[in-house]
Parts: sequence; C-alpha cells; structure tokens
Amino acid sequence: MSKPQSSGPNRSRRRLLSGMAALGAGSLLAGCDRIADNASVKRALGSVEQLTYKAQRLIASRQALAQEFDKSQIAPVFRPNGTTDPQEDYYRAWVENDFADWRLTIDGLVEQPATLSLAELGEMPSRTQITRHDCVEGWSCIGQWTGVPLADLLDRVRPLDQARFVVFHCADHTYGGSDLYYESLDMVEAYHPQTILAYGLNDAALPVANGAPLRLRAERQLGYKQAKYVMRVELVDSFRNLHGGKGGYWEDRGYNWWAGI
Amino acid sequence: MPSGIGPVANPKPDSSSRPLSEPEALESSRLIKRHSLGTRLWHWTNFLCLIVLLMSGLQIFNAHPALYWGEQSGFSDPFIAIHAQTGDDGEQRGVVRVAGYTLDTTGVLGLSDDNGQLRQRAFPRWATLPGDKWLTMGRNWHFLAGWIFAPSVVAYLLYTLISRHRRGSIFPTRRQLSAIPRTIADHARFRFHHEAEYNGIQKLTYVLVLFVLLPMMILTGLTMSPSINAAWPLLTELFGGRQSARTLHFICAFSLVGFFFVHIALVLVSGVFNNLRSMVTGRYRITTKPVGPVNREDSHE
Repeated sequence: MSKPQSSGPNRSRRRLLSGMAALGAGSLLAGCDRIADNASVKRALGSVEQLTYKAQRLIASRQALAQEFDKSQIAPVFRPNGTTDPQEDYYRAWVENDFADWRLTIDGLVEQPATLSLAELGEMPSRTQITRHDCVEGWSCIGQWTGVPLADLLDRVRPLDQARFVVFHCADHTYGGSDLYYESLDMVEAYHPQTILAYGLNDAALPVANGAPLRLRAERQLGYKQAKYVMRVELVDSFRNLHGGKGGYWEDRGYNWWAGI
Repeated sequence: MPSGIGPVANPKPDSSSRPLSEPEALESSRLIKRHSLGTRLWHWTNFLCLIVLLMSGLQIFNAHPALYWGEQSGFSDPFIAIHAQTGDDGEQRGVVRVAGYTLDTTGVLGLSDDNGQLRQRAFPRWATLPGDKWLTMGRNWHFLAGWIFAPSVVAYLLYTLISRHRRGSIFPTRRQLSAIPRTIADHARFRFHHEAEYNGIQKLTYVLVLFVLLPMMILTGLTMSPSINAAWPLLTELFGGRQSARTLHFICAFSLVGFFFVHIALVLVSGVFNNLRSMVTGRYRITTKPVGPVNREDSHE
C-alpha cells in the first residue's frame, strides 16, 4: 500500500476536514433537541404532516378498503388502550341499566339533527368487518367490529355544504384529567364504507374496556383516531372552538391530526 | 458528466505537476475525480438523514419495545422484547429477550440512566431523538427525515439503473467477482489497492446496501402507515404481515448500522484522508503500477 505524499497544504486541509466532521456530528446530536424547541422548527415539522396528508390523498385511492381478515385471525383478547373503565357518574349510570338511557346526538352543521338510542342504531343496516387495529405505539390487533356505517348516519342528518369535519365527542376524561376525549375525521374518511360506529366486538356487545356502547372504527387510521365511548357526533367547518383547537385529544397534545401514517 | 460513485472513463490528472523522485516513480500515483457533486451531496444528506431516522426510530420503538412476526402482535410471545424486570434478589434489571433467550443488558438496554436515575426504557436516552420519552416528536423527526431520504434514494437508484456508466460503477463484472477471494486475502493483510474502480467486495456491498437494504427500509416503513396498507395491500403481504414488516424494518435498520461501522472502519484503515477527501472534494488518489518503463507523462500529481 502506498501512502499519498502529503505536503503542507494537505495537512492543514486534513485538519480542517476532520474538524468539520467532528463539529458536524457533535452539533447534530446536541442540537436536534434544542432545535425542536424553536417555533419555526415546530411549524416546519407541522408542514411535514400536511405534506404526508396531501401526498397520501393524492397517491392512495380515496375508496381503497383496509384489508379484512378471516375469523380464525381474530385475537383472543382485543387489547384495550387509553381509558378502559370510565368513572364518570353519568357513565356508571348508563352501565347500570345497560345503556337503555344512553342516546347518541348528531348535530352541528346539519339540516336535521338527530338523537338515537342504542336500539335504534341496532335496527339500522349494519356492517361487520374483521380488521387490524394499528396503534401509534407500534402494536397491531385483529378484531371483528359490527356497527352502523357513518355514511348512513350522515345521509340521515344531511350535512350542510360548509361542513368539513366530523367530530366525535366522548364520555371519558382521559387519565382522569379535565378534558373529554374527542377526535375528528375529514369528509373523505367519514364517508368511507369501512368507517362505522361500532356497537359489537367479536359477535358480542362492545365491552366497556373497548368503548361501550359505541365507538368509532376508521380503518385507514391509527388507533388514537378510533374514539371510544362516543356520545355526540358534531359536524363543523373548523376545530377553532373545540378544546385545544387541533381536532383531537392527542392532537391538542402534539400528535398529528392526520393519523393515516 | 462527472463521475458517479465509480471512476470516470478517462480520469483527468490533476493539473499541478511536480517532478518525481525515483522511488515514487516505481509505483506512481495520481489524483482522479472520483465522486460527482451529486454523489457527494447525496452521501452526506443520507448520512444526516440516517442518523436522524435511526435515533428517532429508536424513540418510536421505545413506545412499544417488542417485535413480532405475522400480521398482529402476539403480546405474550414476542420475537424480541427489551424491558426491565425484577430479579430474584429484588433488583431491577434491563433485559433483552430474543427468541426465548434472555440477556442482561442493564445500563444500556431495558434499564438505563435517565437524568441521573435508572429508568425502564428500551434504548437509552443518548440513543434516541429526542432524549426524553416523547413519541410525538420522535415521529415528527422520523417523517421529516424520511421525506428527504426516501425521494433522494428513489431518484438516485433510478438514475443508477438508467445510466450505463453508473451501472458499470456499481455492478461487479465477472472478473471482479472471481477476484473476490484475492481481495479478501489482501484486506485481511491490510493491503489496500487504491484503484479507480471499486473491487468486487465493495461493489457487492454497495449493491446490497443500495438495492436491498435502502429500498427495504423505505418499503417496510411505508407499511407502517394504515392508509398505505389500504391502498397497496400487496406490500404488507409481501413482508408477511404488518408486524413482520415492522420487525424487518428494525432488522434492516440495524443491518445499516452494521454497514456503517464496517464502512467507517474501512475508511479509517484504507487511508482516511484520501477517502474523506474523495467524498468531500471528489478527488481521490489512485496508485498506478507502470508496465515497462515509467511513462513520465502519466505520472503527474
């Protein structure tokens, strides 16, 4: 092996190069945390979410169905996450009488608001789907959901032209805090045939741990979109007047509103 | 068109020349333009992106530090799990469980120092971005770097496939493949040949990294997205289910970490200055063995 002949200028360039490399690596590692606190960096990271949202809407078919599975693939226990046993008095009272007094309200930017009992929902045409739930944490679980297609409910209340989002208001205060859980979908996701308000899991009534009596299933979205303990569906033109203004409980705490990734 | 990863067809000697002393003339060297500006920018962009992707990826992994095979998570029987457990003596230990075997990794994996206190976390705070347990910000960094990394990899690979010159720089010839045993023997003796073209091992490694590992990272990463899974279900099927894809994403990431260390080691032992210079300025010094009398015209610096 022959060594390159090093002359004076080369040696100083050598020092410069290794100095630059060390500086680059060091400042990168130490800097990322500090950079992330910067407001403009936060905005840049937010615009990445918009890029992902628009790109997925552009390249992925809006009608594409999430994969459905065989009964044999259903997990023995559907792993509950977030709130699993709401302690609110009104919720305990509903559980006591098997949700006979419970009502779902659909209102906001609609022509004809509606209030429906669990029995009335059960009389509507239903959809049953065996799908995989993908949690933002990384795990997956397969379950069979039965419920009313959200599209049918929307047809019933007839959204106004200015309605852009469907918001799901829940009964539970997550982690006993002061905020009720809520989530939202755009109209593409809301009218998707696999988007249902489910009252059944694995051929039985939806258990309390999984969101009884009614929860959202939006099968092309991550788990935190799948609002449990849904009490009210509201159509809005923006999230401005809702809680933290970001369109969801976790969104108000920094999660991306677009949960397709 | 300047050269890609490989040599240019007719490497131009550097313009500055000086007379050679006799020993140098026996085995002469010259500078060639080895890497085009595009390749160099691509290399350093990837370097930054891969560090951010790795560290933010470990942050995301920490949110559920277990890997499974198949479509869904068999929570009671993960393929790999990293966590803390209490031993018989009541002491907490960090452990990695792989396919039924348990390794004590206290201090690094499963249980490590977090602001002066031993805490349960799969990867330690020095390895994750951000350092604190913060899934949201980890995802934000991951997607930001992913949006730079994936398009640049796809563009580079397409260009490499389209350009005949670049194909020649990356894909090994039959002669280079048959020379691999000799190349291995030379490497084992720390005898490195500084030639214009990559040798067979280098080419095979770059083919593996460029055309297998990097596309695997992107494709298995895409299958983490439920929207993409709905749009392209074949992709998830190809990897044997969503949890298999997540496991493969992790394995390929650590294969790239392995490549990184071998790459750095070889850069260091085979002439760190020459190598670094070629990836910063593009210029690389090769050695030419003259056949017969030394051709002075060809032996410029």
